[in-house]
Amino acid sequence: MAYFLQQLVNGVTLGMIYGLIAIGYTMVYGIIGMINFAHGEIYMIGAFIAVISFTVLGLAGVTYVPLALLIVLIVAMGFTAVYGWTLDRVAYRPLRTAPRLAPLISAIGMSFFLQNYVAIAQGARVKPIAPVIRGGFNVYEQAGFAVQVSYVQILIWVLTLVLMAAFAFVITRTAFGRSQRCVQQDRVMAGLVGIDVDSTIARTFVIGAILAAVAGVMVTLYYGVIDFFMGFLAGIKAFTAAVLGGIGSVPGAILGGLILGLVESLWSAYFSIEYKDVAAFSILILVLIFRPTGLLGRPEVEKV
Amino acid sequence: MTATAARKIPPWSARFKEALLAAVVAGVLAIPLIGLHAVDGAQGLGIDTRFGVVAIGASFVFVGRLLLSGIQQFRFANPFQPLAHGAARLRPLTRLLPWIGIGFAIALPFLPFANRYVIDVATTVLIYVMLGWGLNIVVGLAGLLDLGYVAFYAVGAYSYALLAINFDLSFWECLPLAGVFAGFMGVLLGFPVLRLRGDYLAIVTLGFGEIVRIILTNWQTLTGGPNGITGIPRPTFFGAPLTANPAEGVAAFHQLFGLEFSPIHRVMFLYFLILALALITNLFTLRIRRLPIGRAWEALREDEIACRALGISPRNTKLTAFGIGAMFGGFAGAFFATRQGFISPESFTFIESATIVAIVVLGGMGSQMGVVLAAAVLVLLPEFGREFAQYRMLVFGAAMVLIVAWRPQGLLAHREPTLRLPKKEAPS
Repeated sequence: MAYFLQQLVNGVTLGMIYGLIAIGYTMVYGIIGMINFAHGEIYMIGAFIAVISFTVLGLAGVTYVPLALLIVLIVAMGFTAVYGWTLDRVAYRPLRTAPRLAPLISAIGMSFFLQNYVAIAQGARVKPIAPVIRGGFNVYEQAGFAVQVSYVQILIWVLTLVLMAAFAFVITRTAFGRSQRCVQQDRVMAGLVGIDVDSTIARTFVIGAILAAVAGVMVTLYYGVIDFFMGFLAGIKAFTAAVLGGIGSVPGAILGGLILGLVESLWSAYFSIEYKDVAAFSILILVLIFRPTGLLGRPEVEKV
Repeated sequence: MTATAARKIPPWSARFKEALLAAVVAGVLAIPLIGLHAVDGAQGLGIDTRFGVVAIGASFVFVGRLLLSGIQQFRFANPFQPLAHGAARLRPLTRLLPWIGIGFAIALPFLPFANRYVIDVATTVLIYVMLGWGLNIVVGLAGLLDLGYVAFYAVGAYSYALLAINFDLSFWECLPLAGVFAGFMGVLLGFPVLRLRGDYLAIVTLGFGEIVRIILTNWQTLTGGPNGITGIPRPTFFGAPLTANPAEGVAAFHQLFGLEFSPIHRVMFLYFLILALALITNLFTLRIRRLPIGRAWEALREDEIACRALGISPRNTKLTAFGIGAMFGGFAGAFFATRQGFISPESFTFIESATIVAIVVLGGMGSQMGVVLAAAVLVLLPEFGREFAQYRMLVFGAAMVLIVAWRPQGLLAHREPTLRLPKKEAPS
């Protein structure tokens, strides 16, 4: 029981990280109907910027953890946002009217480019970072096995929930959110009623990048090691989460992320750790067989 | 025409401003990742600064952006309109082009500059051409985006390796079996994804490719895990091995033809083998496009609902597309295994799938010549930069982005249905 609870705690943490990345996918998909394959790379870049800024702060003598954390978050979000904007500007904006597969190839090319760019600029080896936040507390103890919730996990939960709330507020209550939903429904009509479509799409990319950057910072804190290839699998998993929850649906992205995180950690705990990715993808295939639009996705009405 | 063109040219000051903006953005992008370098030190990570590189990079972006807007002005001022008319006049030549290409491919190993390296690279290009043609059936003709094509390639390679090693079957016996296994996997994948479309299909096929790779990595007892399989038998020239010292009582290729033994014979043999396999794939595709099933694929690509209304079964149509496309992937995989003599899951990563999809899309979906062109570009481009091996994939990714931006339709766009209703006279 205690073991199960511990896996639940770990799974939810993992799921929240997936969920944050998945929102970026689902938003971009919703607005331009395209898989942003390079989104995982944006998350990886966020993690790298986090490691670098932690190191710089350490050398500069900033040792008060909350302050360091705040600075790192802001720096990572800021720089990664510029990466997200540039990604849209360079790889996708020229292809707005191109055939459907063209942006996909551009995205895959961008993903290779960014991976190797970071590998060359920062080295291909794994970068370890000393744990910034240590410790945690036991919430439950049974037969000598304690369920531990670490402070990092709590931080991840709180941060994710706060970001979700802020994000939901932006989408439902602000002018930008309205134009974003408007462009999502009909790009041409949105342009006709005076919405700057290009800038709305660019801002969507920026928000997605910011959320991915936070996920990158949290992964750095949680695991303590990063490498240039981490974005690929995380990206696929997050996209799987987005599809699982129903692509285009933001609550669906979170739900999908949580399910995926739980499946993965429970599968590694009770079955085999080697096949945890197989389990994740199998869940995806199973869900899509029975609910082709994902769990919370609205069924597409086909018109002739 | 000229009036609209003139309006599109921004004044120099605006262009200058834009270039400056691009340089600033490039600088901001580069500061954390290039300007600061996290290096492994004695106590954890240390930081190196390289702001000089950032400055150089940003100024390159500035100059590049200015030049680019200059080129745009040039293009607006002199529209290359006449070129389009020229293309129509060249029509007879384009019909000859495939034959010229085949002639060149056959003659290539005998040309004076063809050494072992050239033939090896050409063989690699042909593997990708064959994979591209195989995937073209699924993506180009049937319009189903498959991001896990490498799974079938892997199934073909492992089928050949395991059958040849464990059951002592020859390459020619294994080749059809590898195709059958891969085709079977294709149908197996096809079933659950029948109802999915577009990007859902893409992600599921991607997941399927990863599943196959993970199983290959972890099923140690069968596949040797990450170490792969070594000592895969080389192909024989219809029973005659291409080795210097054949087994007792077997005539080797060079003895059979009374030639001096040379290791280049095998390289050339492999080259002609893949050329033949690729041409068979091409011929098959060209012929099947004229059969009802080929027509059904193209119809399905254009409009699934209309297909249903006309009584075409989307299920059978999709499954045959998946199965046949996968079968050719399996053939290519068997060839890959026998050529390398060693296979491991490393060779079957998502990068391969993405490369093959890129070849099909960059070639212009459904265009057979486009696949050849795109495969040549994507394989040869990194090959030229061999001295800068670490920049290989960087260039590869950038090339994909640039080619798509330059020609979103693909290098040779060819998406017209092969069959059209003849124009009718106006009803009286």
